[in-house]
Amino acid sequence: MTEMPVLNQKKCNQCGLCVSVCTCGAIIAVGNKITIVETEDCHWCTNCEAVCPTGALTCSFEIIIEEG
Amino acid sequence: MTIDVAFLKSIPYFSVMSIAELENIKQSFSEKTVQRGEVILLEGESSDTLFFVADGVVKIFKTSAQGKEQILSIARLGEALNDIPIFDGGANPISAQALGPVTTYGIKKDKLLHLMQQYPQIALNTSKVLAVRMRQLVTLVEDLSFRHVLGRVAKILLNHAADGVGPRQHLTQQEMAAMAGTAREVVARSLKTLEEQGYIRMERHRIVVTDRKALEEIVEESS
Repeated sequence: MTEMPVLNQKKCNQCGLCVSVCTCGAIIAVGNKITIVETEDCHWCTNCEAVCPTGALTCSFEIIIEEG
Repeated sequence: MTIDVAFLKSIPYFSVMSIAELENIKQSFSEKTVQRGEVILLEGESSDTLFFVADGVVKIFKTSAQGKEQILSIARLGEALNDIPIFDGGANPISAQALGPVTTYGIKKDKLLHLMQQYPQIALNTSKVLAVRMRQLVTLVEDLSFRHVLGRVAKILLNHAADGVGPRQHLTQQEMAAMAGTAREVVARSLKTLEEQGYIRMERHRIVVTDRKALEEIVEESS
């Protein structure tokens, strides 16, 4: 399963800003509902998180240390 | 093209004006729509039109001599993009680029100044808007005491890196910013700098610390 940005529908106010800034089709509006579409084209630019006015969208990072 | 008077009233500059007064002045505004990626304003150029965001979001940024982009803020509905050069007559201190489709309302400088004389409350509101902006920039300047923020971000990465034993933590840039006591944009820039210096590698959904010792030294230097 491809990791994708997480959308909290309770916080989402359906403003659609995330859809307008997404360049890979990972976020679309289905009727009035903002929906995340699983796609490997998402390169984690985090623009959707940056523009979301309610904090409904989050793009988290796992932090690991590369040994050697 | 129809200028939305109700939207004009929502812009802080014009919020104290009545609908009737706004109906009188709306012909002073022009509407412009741009597509994602289009540059609305360029740093260093002069401005004779004040733009407000009527729809969409706009990235406000500066570009260094080395071509490095520094995002200062995201401009949203109702915000002005270039009031500084309009009022002080200088060049644009920033560039503005549409992050998605964007519609702006613009008003020529001479018309705006005429309106301010005709409706003094616009001038009063403008000074309040600029005062708020000044306060935000002072905070950003404080955050941009860059060495210290870089150290705090490096420390967060070291503290939250997976140790192979406990559960793997995931952090958003907003969470890192809250921990570091800074803005999200500053965290993003710090991560970019650490990557350019070869200390970390940004992958999809993951930050890989490639030079732990270097991050520890940054933390040490900034304390």
